[in-house]
Amino acid sequence: MRRRPRALVIVAGLLLLALVPPAAAALDQPFYVDLFRRMMIFALAALSLDLILGYGGMVSFGHAAYLGVGAYAVGILGFYGIESGFIQWPVAILASALAALVIGAVSLRTSGVSFIMITLAFAQMLYYLGISLETFGGDNGMPLRTRSRFGPLDLRNPYAFYYLVLALLTLLLFLGSRFVNARFGMVIRAAKSNEPRARAIGFSPYRYKLTAFVMSGGMCGLAGALLANQTEYLTPDFMHWTRSGEIMFMVILGGIGTLFGPVVGAVVLLLLEDVLSALTAHWQIILGPFLVLVVLFAKRGLFGLVPEAGERRG
Amino acid sequence: MAEPLLAIRGLAKRFGGLRATDGVDLAVAEGETHAIIGPNGAGKTTLIGQLAGDLRPDAGTMRFGGRDVTALDAPARSRLGLARSFQITSIFRDLTVLDNVALAVQAHAGHSFRFWRPARADQALGAPARAVLASVGLDTRADVLAANLAHGEQRQLEVAMALATKPRLLLLDEPVAGMGLEESQRMVRFLGALKGRLTIVLVEHDMDVVFMLADRVSVMVYGRIIATGTPAEVRANAAVRKAYLGEDTAA
Repeated sequence: MRRRPRALVIVAGLLLLALVPPAAAALDQPFYVDLFRRMMIFALAALSLDLILGYGGMVSFGHAAYLGVGAYAVGILGFYGIESGFIQWPVAILASALAALVIGAVSLRTSGVSFIMITLAFAQMLYYLGISLETFGGDNGMPLRTRSRFGPLDLRNPYAFYYLVLALLTLLLFLGSRFVNARFGMVIRAAKSNEPRARAIGFSPYRYKLTAFVMSGGMCGLAGALLANQTEYLTPDFMHWTRSGEIMFMVILGGIGTLFGPVVGAVVLLLLEDVLSALTAHWQIILGPFLVLVVLFAKRGLFGLVPEAGERRG
Repeated sequence: MAEPLLAIRGLAKRFGGLRATDGVDLAVAEGETHAIIGPNGAGKTTLIGQLAGDLRPDAGTMRFGGRDVTALDAPARSRLGLARSFQITSIFRDLTVLDNVALAVQAHAGHSFRFWRPARADQALGAPARAVLASVGLDTRADVLAANLAHGEQRQLEVAMALATKPRLLLLDEPVAGMGLEESQRMVRFLGALKGRLTIVLVEHDMDVVFMLADRVSVMVYGRIIATGTPAEVRANAAVRKAYLGEDTAA
């Protein structure tokens, strides 16, 4: 039997996440349910970025835009009295996928640094759009009246909400792993690896890359819908470029092109922020060098330290 | 006479003031192995780029398989059966040898908007890819990362990828460049075995290779084809001797 250490780590990781609520209850620390739910929401955003960054080589430096579009879709619909999650969340996904379609259709005609700068510029445009929306709180943002309603599933129950996020994260990890290993995923990997070669053997990579970009945007929009419910507050800060940088850092820290790596990255980064900020107000002085060390000494990220099954070099 | 498989007329490409190709006419019949020789800087690689569809010509037309393909890009030409190898090895270095070839099969097996079944377990891709690898002698290296192959093996992989697209025409840009003597001889034997089954356009510096493989040879100098004929005719051509063979036989 082939040993599959990465699969083991993934199963163990998801099990640990499933054990957080009972552990928090036992320790009488309900705060951790909130914290880990937040980590999983960012893990979902980082996972969506990894699909195009890690497998398609598309360095989108504006991924927070889709997080914001998803959150605003939920907040704005709620503002006008549409509180059903069955409407809010699909709208969040579609709206952010549409934003990704427009942004991707333009940005994917460029590459390298131009691509990074254009995706960043689009995200900043949406950020300023959010600031200008006075009806929805402008740059102060606005509180959500209620979390999304899903019939009997009550998201005000922190445990119900927690396990819904965990289920969605698990589902999308699974779907993501199908998609990167299917024919579709092989095309975007080929385009990342060597685009002239991919064209020479007969692939037209643009349409595949754009499709991946749109799927990634939609997935990040779902994370945005979750984030709005998590914070119960809507703010343009969701779309600020530093947020895009944070999401990208989660991917790099955990391991680019590994799907589960971004989950590890999100958990570690947010946990460090939480622990260190409790120790000192100058916690970023500790966090910064730590991150630099990880990037220097674990080039394939934390999850990249776990060997792949059947890895052969030779 | 039947229409040639490949027919170009007046093909030209300028890079600033440099005329890399300057009104090239060329006809290659089905089944022919046609070598293009010429001194460095004659425009041979530019011509290959134009034939493959990577470079848009400034002027001229190209017909392939009975249709005008002048406006088609590289992927579209590949799908019509025009495959190429690159002068500087171009492979998917971070994928396995088998992946490289299976991708070439996949590119010609309908669209790839398939999101569910793992491509690596798909025998519709794997079986033909393994068959091509066996034909070039790389079958034992199927699971190795392409980056870890020896240089000569990477050149073989290039050719395997081109063959996996089931081409009608194979464009080879210096297929034995940088190879050792033994590897180079193996490649020439391999290409010799393809001769006749496929139409081949070959750019090559090594005259032994050219005269061993080619049915016809075109000599390119300063972006123009100055002579075309059988190897013997070209060798005897005074203009060719003056422009090329006399001063550059060592290359």
